[in-house]
Formats: sequence, structure tokens, C-alpha cells
Amino acid sequence: MAEQKRRNQILTTVSILLLLGFIYFAENYLDLYIVRILNVCAIYAILGMSMNLINGFTGLFSLGHAGFMAVGAYTTALLTMPPAVKQQIFYLTPLIKPLDQMNLAFPLALLVGGLLTALVGSMIAAPVLRLKGDYLAIATLGFAEIIRVVFTNTQSITNGALGLKGIPALTNLWWSFGTAAFTLVVLLSLINSSYGRALKAIREDETAAEAMGINLAKHKTLSFVTGAFFAGIGGGLLGNLLGTIDPKMFSFMFTFNILLIVVLGGMGSLTGSIISAFIVTFANEYLRFLDESINLGFFVLRGKVGMRSVVFSATLMFVVLFYRHGLMGSKEFSWDRLLASRVCQRMQGCFKKRLLKGGYDQ
Amino acid sequence: MSLLKLTEVTMNFGGLTALKSFNLELAPGEIVGLSGPNGAGKTTVFNVITGVYEPSHGQIFFMEQEITGMRPDLITKAGIARTFQNIRLFKGLSVMENVLIAHHLHLKANYLAAMLKLPGYRREEREMRERSLALLERVGLADLRDEQAGALPYGMQRRLEIARALATNPKLLLLDEPAAGMNPKEAEDLTAFIKEIQTEFDLTIFLIEHHMDVVMNISELIYVLDYGMTIAGGKPAEVQNNQRVIEAYLGVNEDVED
Repeated sequence: MAEQKRRNQILTTVSILLLLGFIYFAENYLDLYIVRILNVCAIYAILGMSMNLINGFTGLFSLGHAGFMAVGAYTTALLTMPPAVKQQIFYLTPLIKPLDQMNLAFPLALLVGGLLTALVGSMIAAPVLRLKGDYLAIATLGFAEIIRVVFTNTQSITNGALGLKGIPALTNLWWSFGTAAFTLVVLLSLINSSYGRALKAIREDETAAEAMGINLAKHKTLSFVTGAFFAGIGGGLLGNLLGTIDPKMFSFMFTFNILLIVVLGGMGSLTGSIISAFIVTFANEYLRFLDESINLGFFVLRGKVGMRSVVFSATLMFVVLFYRHGLMGSKEFSWDRLLASRVCQRMQGCFKKRLLKGGYDQ
Repeated sequence: MSLLKLTEVTMNFGGLTALKSFNLELAPGEIVGLSGPNGAGKTTVFNVITGVYEPSHGQIFFMEQEITGMRPDLITKAGIARTFQNIRLFKGLSVMENVLIAHHLHLKANYLAAMLKLPGYRREEREMRERSLALLERVGLADLRDEQAGALPYGMQRRLEIARALATNPKLLLLDEPAAGMNPKEAEDLTAFIKEIQTEFDLTIFLIEHHMDVVMNISELIYVLDYGMTIAGGKPAEVQNNQRVIEAYLGVNEDVED
């Protein structure tokens, strides 16, 4: 046991060092396209984990994530944009007073974005969390749409439909991966605590949870607000990665993408959400050929924009119908399970055989 | 002094009166049974006491404090724990987690302290684990603590549900048909078990039971409900021979009338 624990510690340390090395390498040597995809991966991992806390661990079927992201993205963007740029893009209606001169450091702006999103989350939590199941989904979906419409019309704060341009590109791999790691550590620690168990109890059986003395309103709000906080931070990172944001970006499709990640990775598995965030994001890039014309030699398939979405929707249906647990179910990644897996065993077997053979040759 | 007192409690669902002018008084340390045919309103009594329903009329007092219409979690906190007729464990979680969750209401550390694993929280978590393990040992489930609760055999699920209720540290334990679906031998073991925990944890027990032999064997007093009304109440032997009880269970022979 102790030996195993030590081995796992070593493996974890080595992986973290490798990851740090890789980030350094990627930042300095890989082309911008790949770096950008990696950034999106990490941000989607944050968004996936935060949604998983609400939907997967607490069992609240919430579809308001795009709204949370929008609040975080706009807040962080407005707080990091230089005053000159703000003056330039707010040409229809000037930006309201204190905001137009404000300029905060990136981490501080992210934090404020997260906190403001958490505040918005706590305000809608009281009315919305009285609802259950489908009704909750509809209400939260409505909330996200309201945010979008409000942002389209508050010209003097959000620049309306014109959106924000020239947001400083402050998000790099260190920030996105660092935040993702921070999110993972905090949420893991939460779900393994007594509060996390209470959230899981609510997911399993609300009536029984209440009969065991769990204050449903309080715990649901805690989960919802914590999820909103991290969604806001994720949104902030995204805005400062893309450089431009507008209200249309934060439509239901965005929430759907995150939901896909959560379901694919496994409802109730944070590490599952991370793995599937990478898979979905990379697939989204490498399936681009589906949107273009494909020449099969004897026949040219006319490309249809949106074919990728069809693939993703079909995948989601397939997962929900036949593979409901997703990649990880409700389990977290562990070295023990990975090393005990069939693929890994076979690899180890091959490796040992090679070594033996090598020995005979000499 | 009465531990629990219900006065003239009535529960209407639209036009249906599930419970009518129900009166009850439980003294500390008693084991009292509640019986009656299907649909008589027995579980409604439990749901009204535990705050799942707010009664249409009447009042409920627990330890001299009125608890009518209070939130279920606060009632549990005040010291009333229950089990369910159709077992409601947290099926996907482990046996240990089920019991740990029931300790959560006594946790003093706040959300952030728990998330950051501050020393105060760590100590509480350790204590919770120790107490949970002791409880599981007491009900004979300690070896199965890492099993999924839903995977346990039926009888053990019943025991786990009782252990989980005990973990909330109740003064009054409400058991909803604890012997349902058990064979006579299992029911007998359960009866002994209930008596043991009653003395061991200094509990007052109010139980719903269909199994007449279980109810007769264990209860000092029995109330019988039919169509939401109390038709009998008293010592087991008296109730057993009560004409209205027999009619409620077996029906009235209409030919004999007049």
C-alpha cells in the first residue's frame, strides 16, 4: 500500500513536471494555431468542471452556463482593456463613468469577473432553484437568454451588438492551464468534503437528503454559485484569448458544447470533464473537413457548414443512449486504475518481453 | 412531559381527507405502533410530523416546541429521524458515505473551511468518520463500508437506513414499515434489533407496521387508523380484539346487519 502510494506520488510529480515542460515548450516553439487550441481546451475544461459541479454532482439540470460565461467575459474584458481602446470602440454611446478609466491586472480582473458572476448566480438561485428537472432547465436557459438580450441592449456598458474588440490577449497557456489546475484542486477538495457528500446526497435523493437534515436551498445555492464563479473565470479567460466578444457568441449552442463535454466525460467526474474537453476541442478542429467539400475522385460531396455539429449531436445521442456513464462514469482518474487497465497491462507485458529478448541477444 | 404531541391534526389533499383530527402523545422511552389497512393514512402521519407536508389543521409539538410546518431539515436537526417505507438510501454512494451524510447537519465548519480543509474541519471530519464506523459496526455493516449502498441485500439496506437515521443523533425515531418484505425469521431479528437500539441510544420509537406479530411483540401502545381516522388505541391485546379493528382489516359481514 505504502509502496503504491509512493509510486503514485512519483508518477503525479513526474506528470506535473512533464506538463510544465510541455507548456513551456508549447508557448515558445509551437505554432499559434496549436497554442490557441490548447488554450481553448483548458478553458473548456474549466467550464466543463464548473458545469459538472452543478449538473453532475448536485443533479441540478442547469443550462445557464452561457449566461455565466458572458458575465465573466464582459467583466474581465472591460477591466483589462486600456482606456484608449475603450474610447475608440464605444463610438455610438460612451462607456459609463468609472468603467472607462478602470484598468486592472489580469488576475484581479479575472477574480472580479468570477465574483460578479457568482453574485449574479446567487441572485437567480433563489427563484430558479425552487424548480426541479425540466423546469429548472427551462428557467436557467431563459436566464442565459435574458443575459444575452440585456447585453445586446445596454449599449453604454457592453457596447451592445457591436461587441467588444481589441481585448488584450492576456490569456496564455500558463494562465489557462494554471486556472484549470486550480479549479480541479478546489472542486476535488469540495466534492470530497462533507459539503460535497451533501451535494451528492441531493443528487441521489432529494427527499431523503432533506430528511437527513440537509438544507436543500442552502446547498443547492452553494453549488450553483460555486459553479457560476468558475464559469465566470472561464468566460474571462476566453474573452481575453479571442480578443473579441459579442452577445451572439453566448447563445445556447455554447451551453450545449459544454454539456456535451460534461456528458461525454461522465456526469460526476471532474477528470472526465477535462479529458473530454480536450477530445471535443481537438475533434472540433480536426473535423473541419466535414464542413468543406470532399472530393472522392468519382464524386464530390458538397460541403455543408454545420456538419460538425451534426457529428457532435449524434455523438451525444449515442452516448446518452448506449453509454450513459460517459468516459469516466462518476469515477476520478487514478494511477492504480490506469495501470491495472487492460491496455496498460498488455503494454507492460510487451515491454517486459522486449527486455527479456534483448537479454538473450547479448 | 410528552416528547411528541399531535393535537387535532388534519391533512386534506384537495377533497380527500387523508388524516382527520389525529391526536397522539408519545412519552420519552416508549415504543408505539401505528397500524391500519393500506391507504389508511399512516405514512401521512409520518410526513406531517417530519415536515414533508404542512397539516391543514392542528398543531405538532416536539419537546414542548411547536414544529408545525417547519422545514424537514430543521425538524431532523431538532431530533426526529425517519426511515422510509420504500427504502430511500443514496443508492449510488457507498455505505460509509450514506452514514457520513447523516452527520453533515451537525458540522460546524463552514463551506470555505471544508473546501480548504482547515484544521478545524479536518478534526470534525475525522470524528464523523469514527462515529460512522462505530455505528456501522453496531449494525453489522462495517465490513461492507465501501460497497455501493444500492448493491446491498434488502435486509441490510433496511439496517443501513436505520443506521443512517441514528447518525443524525435523534431523540425520536420514526420507522415506516421496517419489516416490510421480510420473512418471519428476519422480522423477529429486526424486532430484537429495534429493542436493542431503543435502550442503547435512549430513543423513543414510533413505528408503522403491517406485520401484526411484530407490532404486538414490540409496542407498548398501538394506534389503528382507517380512512384517516383513529379507530382504536391502547395496549396490543386490547386492540387485537377490538371489533372495529377486525372489521377494518377483514371487512364487515353485511348479511348479518339488522
